[in-house]
Amino acid sequence: MYLLIPGIQVNHRGDTLVQASLDQKYNFEIIKWFTVMSVVYLVVGTGIGVYIASELAWPFLNFDIAELTFGRLRPLHTNAVIFAFGGSALMATSYYSVQRTCGVRIWSDKLAWFTLIGWNLIIVAAVITLPLGITQSKEYAELEWPIDIAIAIVWLSYTLNFVMTIANRTTKHIYVSNWFFLSMMVMITILHVVNSMAVPVDLFNSYSVFSGVQDAMIQWWWGHNAVGFYLTAGFLGIMYYFVPKQAGRPVFSYRLSVIHFWALTFGYVWLGAHHLQYTALPDWTGSVGAAISLAMIIPSWGGAINGMMTLSGAWDKLRTDYILRFLIVSLAFYAMSTFEGPVMSSKTVNALSHYTDWTIGHVHSGALGWVAMVAAGALYHLVMKLWNTRMYSAALVNVHFWLATVGTVIYIIAMWVSGIMQGLMWRDYDEFGTLTYTFAESVAAMHPYYAMRAIGGLIYWIGGAVMLYNVIMTIRHASSEKSVDAAAATA
Amino acid sequence: MSDNNQTGPIQYKFETNIVAMILITIGLVSVGGLVEIVPLFYLDETMEHNQHKEIMWDRKEGQTLNDWQAGDGVRPYKPLELMGRKVYLREGCYLCHSQMIRPFRDEKERYGHYSLASESIYDHPFQWGSKRTGPDLARVGGKYSDEWHILHLRKPRSVVPESVMPNYPWLDEATIDPVMTVKTMEVMRDMPNAPVPYTAEDIASAKAEVEGKTEMEAIVAYLQVLGTMVKFDETKDYR
Repeated sequence: MYLLIPGIQVNHRGDTLVQASLDQKYNFEIIKWFTVMSVVYLVVGTGIGVYIASELAWPFLNFDIAELTFGRLRPLHTNAVIFAFGGSALMATSYYSVQRTCGVRIWSDKLAWFTLIGWNLIIVAAVITLPLGITQSKEYAELEWPIDIAIAIVWLSYTLNFVMTIANRTTKHIYVSNWFFLSMMVMITILHVVNSMAVPVDLFNSYSVFSGVQDAMIQWWWGHNAVGFYLTAGFLGIMYYFVPKQAGRPVFSYRLSVIHFWALTFGYVWLGAHHLQYTALPDWTGSVGAAISLAMIIPSWGGAINGMMTLSGAWDKLRTDYILRFLIVSLAFYAMSTFEGPVMSSKTVNALSHYTDWTIGHVHSGALGWVAMVAAGALYHLVMKLWNTRMYSAALVNVHFWLATVGTVIYIIAMWVSGIMQGLMWRDYDEFGTLTYTFAESVAAMHPYYAMRAIGGLIYWIGGAVMLYNVIMTIRHASSEKSVDAAAATA
Repeated sequence: MSDNNQTGPIQYKFETNIVAMILITIGLVSVGGLVEIVPLFYLDETMEHNQHKEIMWDRKEGQTLNDWQAGDGVRPYKPLELMGRKVYLREGCYLCHSQMIRPFRDEKERYGHYSLASESIYDHPFQWGSKRTGPDLARVGGKYSDEWHILHLRKPRSVVPESVMPNYPWLDEATIDPVMTVKTMEVMRDMPNAPVPYTAEDIASAKAEVEGKTEMEAIVAYLQVLGTMVKFDETKDYR
């Protein structure tokens, strides 16, 4: 048995003396900040998403204000959800679980504060620059070069602190969640540095050193691995720590997690080329990307099964533990998305799905269903551990769960229908052998689905707002109880 | 699950040694990128103009960018087009418009000849896009008049009632900065990879070319050149 139950500490919830010693042993303060910020950014990031989705359904919402147009806010939406929300969630969960699984305090408190403040300043810089049109115009890597340099520095400070904490560990083995976090940190460093290489004109303008076909391949090597390592490997790290902890059971299969990890680390990198099927990228590159994409079903499903089967023998907990519901349903969405992805990367399907809303739907089944749900489960778990309390309202956790699930399903169904419809309308021929529809007709046909998508997103956003309220109330109650305890102790 | 938990010697090594773990991870994640990306910089087949020389503009000594005629081949953007392209990047047009036509019958009839890699050789960064909320723009040049584009950019729904594109009234108000134009051309010329072959004369005449022009005029100039550079021979297979 090697570390099948993550963490060295047994659960001592309710025992304030033990909690106090845990507070002293580990740096929980920094994790509290990352946790709260990530819930805030969930609401902000998805809120911008709902707004830009509404702009596509009702274009008057652009209001002839440059800073509010879809083209400028869309990068802000993707950056806010991926890097602000996702990043804060990853930093909270990885800094927490690495301390618990290694049995030591984080290597440097000061560096951890530097990471927290640095990351949040970068987010502020993004919120200011992107609506002003200050952009490198590479998808998911729009931020201008001075911010890119800041990202590299802060990211390395995060990585160094994580690695040094592992180096200081009291356990012999490195727990599986840490492998996944580590591979994310390594790969994102490489991707960010290479993809962001640009020649500046001045402080606010720069141009990619790559051009045309090479720039396209490097961009999608980055783009898909931002998904593959940041939003998948990183969040699998969350899964491998928080699912067993919340279920109170060891990971289903150690061997499966070993296969899952190495196959994912080696394989995911190849997939970017499948974003460029039938383009001017040489055919061999796209085909290699598609072939490996297909093979990736195996490790992905292995991982999903590993997570879900961790509940084996304790399925009844799903009835009462709403946090566990988030974690398990997120794995169902993970399994679905990692099946859908390879299907969409096959050439025949890609010929139809590329350039359509189906891609947007696929991203969101992963982002809303997998990433944000597994993060929500982990963040609820963290709030209770860090403030040593129960959630203010378990019922509201359940409300959030259902809003998130229903919102995601509405969103992805709308995009499936609109995406497949676009693909079919664009290639449709009438009896005379001419194109049946003008492009404008396909745009008009999308309206009901764009409205439906905005509503699905709004439902999801309300769920996030409920979570934020619940978290704030939990912390307020926990703080007032603590002061009562302190008053009683001094009296 | 006891049979599930045996650690092999190799796995044992990585799992107990953080340095080994980092090194093997760097090694593994590098393979895919190296195999897929590096050859694109070296394989001649990547760029169609290595087989079909006529794709690139054969610029004679002393010719200016204004001597180029549509169909003469791929050339660097003129100063006004380059700054129009900058407006295109700033407004995030690539988020809804692709510039990459695939080799399908319907795309050919809707947009024109499939795109070539050589056509975006001077595009730092590339603008192939990933989504068609609006139509592909790779060959939009010459399809509509300048007047149509201006009306459309100011108020898209005045000419295309179904459109969901934002209005861009501010493009009429801002003018192109000549100093910025020169700096941008110099950056393009000095790129460490895929430099854009601007001559000293191109850069010297740039200020006069953009002086007093609005962003609207610039982006229309850019849109009107898209896809017009190469004259295609329908009997040839370029890929």
